[in-house]
Order: sequence, then structure tokens, then C-alpha cells
Amino acid sequence: MIASELKPIDEVLGFLEGEEKVFVVACDGCSAGCEVSDPERTSAMVAELEKNGKSVTGTARVEMTCNQGLVALMLMQQMAGVREADGILVMSCGVGVQTVAAAVEKPAHPATNSIYVGGGAGLWRSEPRCAECGNCMLDYTGGICPYTACSKSLLYGSCGGPNEGKCEVDPEVECGWMRIYERLARLGRADRLKEMPPLRNHRNMLSAGERRRTSVWALELVPREVLEEEARSSAAT
Amino acid sequence: MSLREAIESGKFVVTCEVAPPKGVNMEHVTAEAELLRGRVDGINVTDLQAACMRVSSLATCVLLKQMELEPILQMVCRDRNRLALQSELLSAYALGIRNVLCLTGDHVVLGDHVEAKPVFDLDSVSLLQAAQGLMEGHDLAGNELEGEPPDLFLGAIVTPGADPIEPQIYKLHNKVRAGARFIQTQAVYDIDTFARFAERVSDIEVPILAGIVLLKSAGMARYMNANVAGVNVPEPLIKEMAEAGRKDKAAKAEGKKGGNVVKASIDIAARLIRELKPLCQGVHIMPLGWGHHVPAVLEAGEL
Repeated sequence: MIASELKPIDEVLGFLEGEEKVFVVACDGCSAGCEVSDPERTSAMVAELEKNGKSVTGTARVEMTCNQGLVALMLMQQMAGVREADGILVMSCGVGVQTVAAAVEKPAHPATNSIYVGGGAGLWRSEPRCAECGNCMLDYTGGICPYTACSKSLLYGSCGGPNEGKCEVDPEVECGWMRIYERLARLGRADRLKEMPPLRNHRNMLSAGERRRTSVWALELVPREVLEEEARSSAAT
Repeated sequence: MSLREAIESGKFVVTCEVAPPKGVNMEHVTAEAELLRGRVDGINVTDLQAACMRVSSLATCVLLKQMELEPILQMVCRDRNRLALQSELLSAYALGIRNVLCLTGDHVVLGDHVEAKPVFDLDSVSLLQAAQGLMEGHDLAGNELEGEPPDLFLGAIVTPGADPIEPQIYKLHNKVRAGARFIQTQAVYDIDTFARFAERVSDIEVPILAGIVLLKSAGMARYMNANVAGVNVPEPLIKEMAEAGRKDKAAKAEGKKGGNVVKASIDIAARLIRELKPLCQGVHIMPLGWGHHVPAVLEAGEL
């Protein structure tokens, strides 16, 4: 399970600047359990987008957005809305943003930050996708995560190491930043690399007490508490 | 004259790197630096180059400073987090070091401690931002420094032969915006490639010092072509080195002294320097163990 929280709406609207038509993908997996992308929050997001002058061309609910095949299937079923959109807002963890980015040649914007909970990888497991860093940069990097795709987790572009597009650490592995650059160039967004996003805040990787009040956490915690309570009461008798 | 004064005077600037030892005998590195006295405008001291553990750049820079030379502290982001990096910038300034070259650094798996944890909390761009912040009197967390802030002179690097070149150029612009006041480049052997790069970055207002790595053999050239990103030694230069190698081998077989390889290496470096001179504001020489040949290179290169 990957825990997530919604980004502030201003940050999301910032991602969508210059994009009038937006398609929304909402995950019914972990992030719905975190009360981030459940039907109620998704409708609220759609209303918020429309209030801010966006036209929502469609919404797809995907059972597990980390399942690449399922994402492709769901998007195909709503191809008209996807085609019409300038960009796609993804309400899921960072893995889901990346499955959508890999499926559609349009900008995929994260609506959430994924929060560290000890290393749930989602279902798209062929390589690490989301480090649950709590600073989701996938908007800036074209839907490819520099934290996991770059061997040095660099934030401001590739190092001097990549040789013919391969990483200095392992010539079998593509340079993450070269992939990011090429995707941004294909989307006509390479100039985004002129921006220097804020430094990564590693404190966001800690799971703070208040984040434990989501229902998924509750499901994990309650049985143990019940067990402890039972243990106490049986000891008392 | 300090490196800053040399660069701001607009003259053709020459820098050269030395490497600290893996051990505590500092005689070799100080002797190499001594050879450069009066001949260069700054001496780079590498920071655990190729991710191999050795004496620190800072300690070596302080020795050079005590010799009244002009050291350039190289700092990589592989081994320290943002606290340690900022602390070292302050420490360097407190010990009289003024010039800092900010790099990301090779990954630990390329070095001699492959099992180490790579840090990369910051990278070349954010290290420049951190240093620039200290110069403005605050650290990365926004806390104010006590007293006068340090007045550092910051540099960065670029690979002019990278393919594609665009990501390098985006990053170079960000490095300059983050505070780099001079740029040193990866090794250049192909003048046309460098000329195209110089044209692409003509809007960059800080001086670019072209990198010169002394070729030691045809094999080294071929190795770099195969393994070092953005470095391409043209075939005629490889042939020149190979021919010199054959002559030395023959001379050795006859019991005679060779010296053709060294001569070819110096000739090639000097030729590159002369051809690069109209295209850049200086050169940065990386002798990779051949520091004792640098005076001859500078002489042949008319510097």
C-alpha cells in the first residue's frame, strides 16, 4: 500500500496552467483508501477544476492505477475524452502518474504527494517507480520520477555520467534524466528544465501522526489494538 | 593575482588540477603544485576523484594556500549531505580558500568503496545555490549566519561533447543562474564539436575554460572513447599516439631512450590549446598523473 495526500489546489492549478481541457484519472486503490481519490474527493476535484475555468473532458476510475494494463484498458474505453484533453490529472500515488504518463503521450500531472510508509511498490513492479518522497515532482519531469529513475536521485538534470543515454552506474540501465529530457522534448515541454524546483524536503518522507488517521492505516492498526485489548482483558480475568 | 582577478581582467586564464594522495605523504602533490607556480591562475584540487578514498581536497587546498598558491576547492555531492557541504564551504573560507568548483560527483560504484552509501542530498546546481546563499548571509534552511558572510568565487563544469547537448545546456544555464562565475569543461579533443558548443552557449556571460586531458597512449584514447561520456578523441590523434608508441617500443628494443609518446602527448595538448584559444576564455589542464609534463605543455601551447 502506498499512502498519499492531496497537493494544495494552487499547486495543482499551477501544473495545469495553459491547459484548458483536463481529463481526470482517479485510483480506487490505496489513494482512495487514504481518502484522496475516493469518488467524493474526485467529484470535489472536478468541481474545483471547473470552478477555476477548466473543462473536464472525462473521468476514469481505475481499480489499481499501478496496474499498467488496467490503466491502458480504462483509458482506451474513454479515448474521446482523453484525446480531447490538453493534459491528464492523476489522483493516485506516484506510480499511477507514471503508468498514465507511459500510456498516453500527453502531460500527466500528479494531484498528490506519496508519503513514505516503508516501501510499498504498487503493482507495476518491473523497476522501482515511487520512493514515496512526499515531494512529487512528476509534473516537472514529464511523468518519470527522478528520485527512482536516476541512480543519484538528482533533482536538477543529469550528471556528466550518462554515455550514449546509459547510466554510469550500469550500462544496461537508461539514464533517467535522458528519459525525462526526451519525453519533455516529445511533449514540447523541454523548456520546463529552465525552472529550478525547490530542494527536496526529506522530512516529508516521515509518516507524521496525523497521516495515520486515514482509513487504510486504521484497517492495519485496529485489529492489532483489538488484539492487545483482548490480551489485556484476558490477562485481567 | 587571484583567480577572480585573473578572470575579471579578461585575460586568457589557465588552470591545472592536482590530485591528493591515497596516503599521508603530501610531498608529491605539493611538488606538482610548486611546478605550476607563476604559470597558472588557479590550481584545482580534486575531491575523492573517481570515488576513491584519499586525502581531502580541503586539506590539500590549505597546504597550497600556505605555499601562497591559488587553490580551487573541488566539492562533490556524493559523500556529504547539505549540513556537511555547507559546513565545509564555511570551513574552507575560514581557512583562506576562496575558489570552489561545484560538481555532482561520480557514483560510488565507480570507485574503491562500492559498498558505500551514496548521498547526493544536493547536486551541482543546488550546491551552487547553497554556496550563493551563504554568500548572502543565510544557510539553506534560511537561518542567518553570524557576522560577515563568506565571499566565495564559484565555478561549475559542463561536457561540451555530450550527445544530446541540450540537457547539458539547460543545466549550464541553471548553474550560472545559481551562482557559477566560471566554467571548466570535460576533456576536449574535437575542435569542431567544441566550436559548435561555444556557438550554442554564446549567450552565457561567464568565462568557459576548455578542458585538456593529456593523452598517455593510444589505448587510453580508445578507452575514453568507449567509456567516458561526451569524450571523443578523433582517429588521427589516436594514430599519432600509436605511432609514437611503436617508435618508443622499437627504441627500447635497441636499448635506446624513447620519449616519443611524451613528445606526441605534449604536441597534441599544445596544438589543442592553440586551436581552442580563439574559441574560449581559458584552458583547464588535467594531467592525470603527468603533472611534471605540464610546464612543457604550457610552453609549447604558448601560454
